[in-house]
Amino acid sequence: MKYLCLVYLEDDKLHAIRDSECLAASERLHAEGRIVAAEALHPVHTATTLRLRDGTLTMTDGPFAETKEQLAGFYLFDAADLDEAVALAARIPPVRTGSIEIRPVRELDPTP
Amino acid sequence: MSLDAAAAPADITATVATLFRRDSRKVLATLIRLLGDFDLAEEAMQDAFRAAVEQWPRDGIPANPVPWLVSAGRFKAIDGIRRRARFQAIDGDVATAVEAIPDSAARWDEGEEIADDPLRLIFTCCHPSLSADAQVALTLREISGLTTEEIARAFLAPPATLAQRIVRAKAKIRAARIPYKVPEARELGERLASVLRVIYLVFNEGYSASAGTSLTRADLSAEAIRLGRLVVELLPEREAMGLLALMLLQESRRGARTGSNGELITLEAQDRSLWNRAQIDEGLAWVELALAAEAPTVASSGTAATASRRDSALAARRRDAPAARFGPYALQAAIAAVHAGAASAEATDWAEIVGLYDVLVRLQPTPVVALNRAVAVAMRDGPAAGLPLIETLLADGQLQDYHLAHAARADICRRLGRHADARASYERALALARQEPERAFLAARLRDLPP
Repeated sequence: MKYLCLVYLEDDKLHAIRDSECLAASERLHAEGRIVAAEALHPVHTATTLRLRDGTLTMTDGPFAETKEQLAGFYLFDAADLDEAVALAARIPPVRTGSIEIRPVRELDPTP
Repeated sequence: MSLDAAAAPADITATVATLFRRDSRKVLATLIRLLGDFDLAEEAMQDAFRAAVEQWPRDGIPANPVPWLVSAGRFKAIDGIRRRARFQAIDGDVATAVEAIPDSAARWDEGEEIADDPLRLIFTCCHPSLSADAQVALTLREISGLTTEEIARAFLAPPATLAQRIVRAKAKIRAARIPYKVPEARELGERLASVLRVIYLVFNEGYSASAGTSLTRADLSAEAIRLGRLVVELLPEREAMGLLALMLLQESRRGARTGSNGELITLEAQDRSLWNRAQIDEGLAWVELALAAEAPTVASSGTAATASRRDSALAARRRDAPAARFGPYALQAAIAAVHAGAASAEATDWAEIVGLYDVLVRLQPTPVVALNRAVAVAMRDGPAAGLPLIETLLADGQLQDYHLAHAARADICRRLGRHADARASYERALALARQEPERAFLAARLRDLPP
């Protein structure tokens, strides 16, 4: 079962933890074979939001919604259950400075 | 239970009804583990009892009805899955799904797995990833077996809200795969705290509101005590015993804490002959175990074989757990025990109570605990000693909106003859209090103040 862990941080905490610490943590988790994918993101002001309506593709500058905390990165874990996912997410360094939202990944229904 | 094929159907219906009351939640707990789904298990459990009513008059009552019911429920569930698959004419996954359902009957000798199922159910219902409201609703629905309507009535909430809360919680358990297991030793303390918090919340919901729908509310306290007993039986940890003791000792005063018109009677003014002796005695015994120097042991119920197996499982759990010291519930129970042992408010050992609060404040440094300690100091050393402590706490700001903090200041000022200060604080408390008996009490105190 896969769990997406979304790392949220307030603007002023984006660099509160050194990259090297995050790298080390994710390398350990990689070595244990628990990470499906994990990346850090550039700040929200670099975001582009896309919509296709009535055949027209529109782009807007910035994130979908302005929030106090912004999405700063993500981890996609492979875990047996929520308790295991929580134990893994607790090892993501920004858990100390921001918050981590754990979302179970949904299997798409192939029925047409 | 004896096998009696000649038993009249009416007797059998009564036997099944008794079994349902006593064991249906146990059957459900095991079926949830086997089937991996709350709703499927609930349906299977109902089907199993229906099958008992149909088959037992013909075949006799089985020697071990609970395993029979689990097997029957499992069979009905598999049958249902197959039938639905045929109807919807879909996927070969059904065969795999059915195969994946373990056969409990083959493993009935493994008493430990089954004995732990109610505990798994409790830990899942009180999983910290569920909201506190959902934990309470799910616990009362799944473990206590209350209907959604009963829970809604007890919490004065619309049934639709309660139903939705339970449906959402079950959906989260399924989608996020909240595990159905007893937590490992290293997280047991924290997870048990979550279970105990839910039980105490249920208890207080039944205890603090004594007006209006008093009957259903008292039932809630009784149910919380029943849940507390269940946890102690399955997991005899100090804090579980402490909470059970605390609830019993508080409940023992129920008959004395309201007057004939539903008005609140404070601890000092209660007629202590109305306190429930049996509950006090039982509460005191649990306090003693919760505070005992040695790790507590409790005689397990059930057969000797399962009991010894459970004892070793519990011993293993405790061995792996960090040295369990007594916690806040055991201390609060110890404080309640001092009150229970005193013939009157004046004869109460206030020095002992202040000493216990000193320890509790260190363990649980909340302003409310500090307030209770200040009140105890005022009882031990006189109101003049307590007043500065309470005023410091109020000045800190965190208790500004807590009516009991103002009521405590009012009471101390009244005893010191500072009537204007007492009046101001009673008025503030009255403006903040929400429960009718408390409001009536504060209004009466305000009226009785000399001008």
